[in-house]
Amino acid sequence: MSLQFVVDGLLTGSMIGLGAIGVTLTYSILRFSNFAHGDFMAWGTYATLAAVSAISAMFGKVAPIAPLSFGWPLLVALAVGMAFTALLALALDKVLFSRLRSQGQAIIVVMASFGASMALRSLLEFTFSSRPTYFSRAIQIAMPVGFGIRITPDQIALLLLTAVLVLGVHLLMTRTQTGRSMQALSQNPALARIVGIDVANVVRVTWIIGGALACVAGVMIGILIQIRPFMGFDMLLPMFAAAILGGIGSVPGAVLGALIIGLAEAGAVQLIGAEWRAAVSFIILMAVLFVRPIGLFGVRER
Amino acid sequence: MSQVVLDVHDLEAGYEPGVPIVRGASITVNKGEIVVVLGPNGAGKSSLIKAVAGLVPISRGRVLLDGKDITAAPAHIMVRLGLAFVPQTENVFPLMSVEDNLKVACGVLERREAPARIEEMYAAFPDLKRQRRTAAGNLSGGQRQMLAVARALIVHPKVLVLDEPSAGLSPKFVSMVFEMLSAIRKSGVTILLVEQNARAALAIGDRAYVLVEGKDRHEGIAAELWNDPVVAELYLGQRPSRAGEGDAA
Repeated sequence: MSLQFVVDGLLTGSMIGLGAIGVTLTYSILRFSNFAHGDFMAWGTYATLAAVSAISAMFGKVAPIAPLSFGWPLLVALAVGMAFTALLALALDKVLFSRLRSQGQAIIVVMASFGASMALRSLLEFTFSSRPTYFSRAIQIAMPVGFGIRITPDQIALLLLTAVLVLGVHLLMTRTQTGRSMQALSQNPALARIVGIDVANVVRVTWIIGGALACVAGVMIGILIQIRPFMGFDMLLPMFAAAILGGIGSVPGAVLGALIIGLAEAGAVQLIGAEWRAAVSFIILMAVLFVRPIGLFGVRER
Repeated sequence: MSQVVLDVHDLEAGYEPGVPIVRGASITVNKGEIVVVLGPNGAGKSSLIKAVAGLVPISRGRVLLDGKDITAAPAHIMVRLGLAFVPQTENVFPLMSVEDNLKVACGVLERREAPARIEEMYAAFPDLKRQRRTAAGNLSGGQRQMLAVARALIVHPKVLVLDEPSAGLSPKFVSMVFEMLSAIRKSGVTILLVEQNARAALAIGDRAYVLVEGKDRHEGIAAELWNDPVVAELYLGQRPSRAGEGDAA
């Protein structure tokens, strides 16, 4: 038996996990399921792609950083894309979600996010067509690293990037005043205001983190698979599954949930057959919720 | 003439427009005092201090803190203005450690001041220091109340406002909470307190108001109010103690 599924699973898990962090934070702090989160991924990826094109138009062809398939332009473009996606999330909150939120009915906000999701996706299809595109058409040779596992340099770099980002978000949440304010707001919004927390500010930070990480997840998909307007929407179910599996509101939980789902999917493809891919992860989700309805790192509502 | 810290004048407030719960209540709190607001159930005691703290919409009247108009300032600004509020229930962040509960309240302090302030709170409340890593949700009722009060005090408030600090506590903790408030006042903090437990509150209070149907109906020296026939009358013929749930004395 080959252990290749471990690498595949970790990669899938990383993509899901970076998205699931945004989903779980939005749910616990803004108290609604944001179905447009997947489309933040796609928009971030296309924004990054556009920035890459702009850079290569300005500086000509730039050699990739050996042994990776991409050079500094993609890294710069990723930063641009993250900023763009954060702004997109803030703008969408300003014009849509915040107004509906103030009316106090969560289900209306959820439905609005459905609408926003479709609108955003259609705009992408309209602008970029639904044909898949790529950051690079170069083919990378996977290196054998033992135990039957092969991995490309891009994959290693992206796994490391995910680890750094997840650690960064975890430290932000647990060690900084901003993070404590976010935790406070998710645990007791009224008390958060009483202790002097500016809710509007925390909401902004939440969108910025969620949007920026969604962009990274999208770009990962773009580098390792392909870029399509539907790329984010297709990730929606696994992202929510990961957030629920890990326990809503928990950043480590969302990432662990994502890794479990990623590994289960990859393992299922290898051991049972590709058609079982989605089924296996949801069987695991149901099994965990059956034993522990609040998710792995979840906490019972008071 | 003592200095007025908190001046609530002719306040009308309620959750829904046109349905005031507080109907023209006026109270003053002088520097260094403990002022108690008593009243039968449903008199609007909690709504009154929540309105003062910016949590219930105000439709008429004004609130002055140190002479400055703070009427209907947003709740998250109140603590910056010098008014710290301790809600009756759910007054700690249950999943955060004791220390993080204190740290999160330090957001309004100078960053450099926070660690020293936390140490001062630990010195005043050694129980909290022992439990600094414990999730606040796992504390006992009395310790939780202690944490909520420490969290409010950490920002040097001009006035500490508490909503029924003894509610839901066992008698042992009730006396502990009132002793704690008495000690806090001795350290120079001004306190406004709403209580069901009239006897215990009057024992530590300087002055008290009796609120009936959203209006202040009677005011007096706390120690004298206990035997005041008007108060008994306002409590619908009951001794005030029977209106309270846990009588600690």
